[in-house]
Amino acid sequence: MIAEELAKKQREISIAEFFEKNKHVLGYSNPSKSLITCVKEAVENSIDACEDANILPDIFLKIDRNDNLKVTVEDNGPGIVKEQISRIFGKLLYGSRFHAIRQSRGQQGIGISGAVLYAQLTTGKPAVIISKTSPDKKAQRIELYINTRKNEPEIVKEEFVDWHRARGTRVELEVSGIYVKERKQSVLEYLKETSVVNPHTKITFIDTEGDIFEFKRVSEELPQATREIKPHPHGIELGTLMAMLRQTDSKDLKSFLKDEFVRVGDKIAQDVIERAGLDRKQNPGKLSREEVIGLLKAFKNTDFLPPPTDCLSPIGESLIMKSLMAEYRGEWVYAVTRKPKVYSGHPFLVEAGIVYGGEIASEKMTLLRYANKIPLLYQQGGCAITRAVESVNWRNYGMQQSKGELPVCPAVLMVHIASTNVPYTSESKEAVSYIPEIADEIRLALQELGRKLKEYVERKERLKKKRKKEDVLSAVLPLLARKVCQILEKDEIDVDRIVAKIIGKVHIERLVSENDEYREVNLKISNFTNSRKELKIYEICSGEVEASDAKIIQSSYSTLKWNVTINPEDTATLLYRIKGKIINKKPMIEGVEEFELAGGEVTEMNS
Amino acid sequence: MEEKCLEAMIGIAEDMYEQMREGKIPELRIATRTKHNIEFNEDSEVWVYGDRKSVRSAKAVKGAYQLLRMAYVIDFLKEQLNQNRSSTLRELYYISENWEKGKFNEQQESDRLIEDLEILTVFQREHFHIRPEEDGATVIGPLRIREETRRGVKEIHCQDDVGEGGYQIPINVDRIDFVNHDAKFVIAIETGGMRDRLVENGFDEKFNAILVHLKGQPARSTRRLLKRLNTELNLPVVVFTDGDPWSYRIYASIAYGSIKSAHLSEYLATPPAKFIGIMPTDIIRYDLPSDKLTDKDIKALSSILTDPRFDSDFWKKEVNLQLELNKKSEQQALAKYGLDYVTDVYLPDKLSESGII
Repeated sequence: MIAEELAKKQREISIAEFFEKNKHVLGYSNPSKSLITCVKEAVENSIDACEDANILPDIFLKIDRNDNLKVTVEDNGPGIVKEQISRIFGKLLYGSRFHAIRQSRGQQGIGISGAVLYAQLTTGKPAVIISKTSPDKKAQRIELYINTRKNEPEIVKEEFVDWHRARGTRVELEVSGIYVKERKQSVLEYLKETSVVNPHTKITFIDTEGDIFEFKRVSEELPQATREIKPHPHGIELGTLMAMLRQTDSKDLKSFLKDEFVRVGDKIAQDVIERAGLDRKQNPGKLSREEVIGLLKAFKNTDFLPPPTDCLSPIGESLIMKSLMAEYRGEWVYAVTRKPKVYSGHPFLVEAGIVYGGEIASEKMTLLRYANKIPLLYQQGGCAITRAVESVNWRNYGMQQSKGELPVCPAVLMVHIASTNVPYTSESKEAVSYIPEIADEIRLALQELGRKLKEYVERKERLKKKRKKEDVLSAVLPLLARKVCQILEKDEIDVDRIVAKIIGKVHIERLVSENDEYREVNLKISNFTNSRKELKIYEICSGEVEASDAKIIQSSYSTLKWNVTINPEDTATLLYRIKGKIINKKPMIEGVEEFELAGGEVTEMNS
Repeated sequence: MEEKCLEAMIGIAEDMYEQMREGKIPELRIATRTKHNIEFNEDSEVWVYGDRKSVRSAKAVKGAYQLLRMAYVIDFLKEQLNQNRSSTLRELYYISENWEKGKFNEQQESDRLIEDLEILTVFQREHFHIRPEEDGATVIGPLRIREETRRGVKEIHCQDDVGEGGYQIPINVDRIDFVNHDAKFVIAIETGGMRDRLVENGFDEKFNAILVHLKGQPARSTRRLLKRLNTELNLPVVVFTDGDPWSYRIYASIAYGSIKSAHLSEYLATPPAKFIGIMPTDIIRYDLPSDKLTDKDIKALSSILTDPRFDSDFWKKEVNLQLELNKKSEQQALAKYGLDYVTDVYLPDKLSESGII
């Protein structure tokens, strides 16, 4: 009797105590971080709910300051039925994701119920949840606590209310915490970084001062749903294997291996069993600890095909680029999604993106780390991603870099690892540990970014130089011509064409000669670029027009149109006669870029 | 003469004008002024420019500026000749202050451009009415000259009529006549200190020598004077310098012709001039105090090894020896053996070895 009571007591204190003891690994180690964790749990819950229901997430977050901080998160997800509400929000360690082998945001702390518990322990206030599953129904409003003795929800109030949303869920938590701004670790930074890897998500945030921040949706496409896979024999741990053996429906060892693992067929299963010195007919549930260890060892000594990798869901190159550009307003962006690879039986893939210049300040490069689309805000220094970035010799790509540090460059770099099992350094899941296969992939991705960035910067420099040269020459050559003509006492000559020739442009010149009856116009077009140009030339004139090789479009004025193809170094001449005037100041050209043209005007007539 | 000179300059402007009128990128071709483009002329026995040309083209920013400045300078010289005025190289540099984009950044640029013009027109800067600054190099010795000065014709004896400073070589050496002389040879001396030593020791009187102070790399006027003394008075010329690469270059510009003004070598160089300066072998022979070669010295010595003017066994041996010794000595290092050593021992040795005395 006494023993049983003791046991009961132990269980009674266990959940609050468990939280208290583990709060540092659960993300509640200090007041500002605790607030971020609460926001994070609620926002990620919402994005997951929307994605599961194929809805583009539209998340609303508000933080109010009263005696405490009130965090409100709303989504446009499918809503949650009443029984589920109390389980999801009122019971720790409840959830379907716990044993699944798939790439998921989950596996973070103890989820939204942890936030509910934190609120309850720090302010004594219940969580308020409003959820609506159909526009035809009223919304369910529930106030609940977690019964820390039983780890069960305790509903203190429930009612139906009107709610403006068609569907969705709203959660309000009153927590004690500190709201900080303008720091690497802040709610705002978390939202910004979340927005980068969730381009399909719109987030609206109202902070404690009533300032509104909007993170726009840049993609209308939902990410590809991740697929659950069975574990791979090389990626399994002893505890998990023992649990699987106990819970399986398979009647014998061989079918257990074949049913519960990927890449295990008839022959391989037989090999493993023999290697472990077991019998294929053994009851999986009855294996001794030693036998399980033997089985694990046999796994290690057997070659299997690597696990399938199509279960991973990358963000994708184009979306990363779009997001980075939208968020940081650079002038150039590039991204790489590497092919999936495997480490110790776990599929993974690496993506990286870089946005450069524009509004980004030129200091040490900003690094954004992600694991399964979750931003990692803490422990940058202790993370293998950081180490991989620092180990790249960025000087090869024209950047300044002190050894073992992030390079100095006006750029934001993001690295995303997607895996069914992200190798975090600790339970707090804030940093990734060093795995050679992953580090190699990160380096390869970064090297590609570096090469592309270098190319871009060099191209920009070349253009800049060319433009500067053009500026100088277009000032100096006319002066030279004028001086020479002055010495020789001759009429001035036009050197625009020579400048165009030196710079390598398309040059167009209009020469008009008049007689009593008409004006004769001569267009001389020279292609000094090194590529063949297909051009459309337009002139707009009044009065009578005569041009044998032009298409003439009549309205109030006549528009003459020529199609000409000019090879590099070649010159074309177009002739026409008019009785009236030419309306456009300079000849208009289509088919050439502004910076490549001299003497004319670039136009887009599309006629 | 001046008219032809003007015509030649206008011709350059006409070239540029024609090119631009035809829509071509304007350019000028000028003999390349490096050691890779000098050739030995068998007839005159001096080094002149070869056939290699450098192009100053408006295709490049630098070339475009050069052409623009050339045009400004021609325009200026045209006016100057028409008004019969003259100016110095330094004045020309300052005048360019008003030329906006045509202005020079440093005097070296305008000096070079005048040299370009000399090469292109085959006239000398004097014909453009451009002169250098007074260089201050001097002569002392048994020589009587007649100089046409702005204040009349003067006859001067370069020992009796001058102080210890000597007779200052005028800019235009062709305006002086040699009246008579009592000299056996001409000795050109690199440093002022050594010249003063020779004067103090009465070397000019004792050896009937004309002392010419070079003041480092000699000006055109100094080289022209040496040339005239050699050819018109038939006097042998010896060159007495320090023992370092810069001094060997001084000798080369006197005897072989300088790279920078090889277009004037025939007018300025004195091929029979003999080197009696400190040589690397002398550092050993006289056990002279020495300094270590600097990096610049070593670079200059290596450059001499590929300079065609120094392509002789004598220079190859000496330069290689110097690199090996890693030492250089000054003329005045001879003072180690007393103030009279240079005039009593060293120079008599060298002069008799050269067959001068």
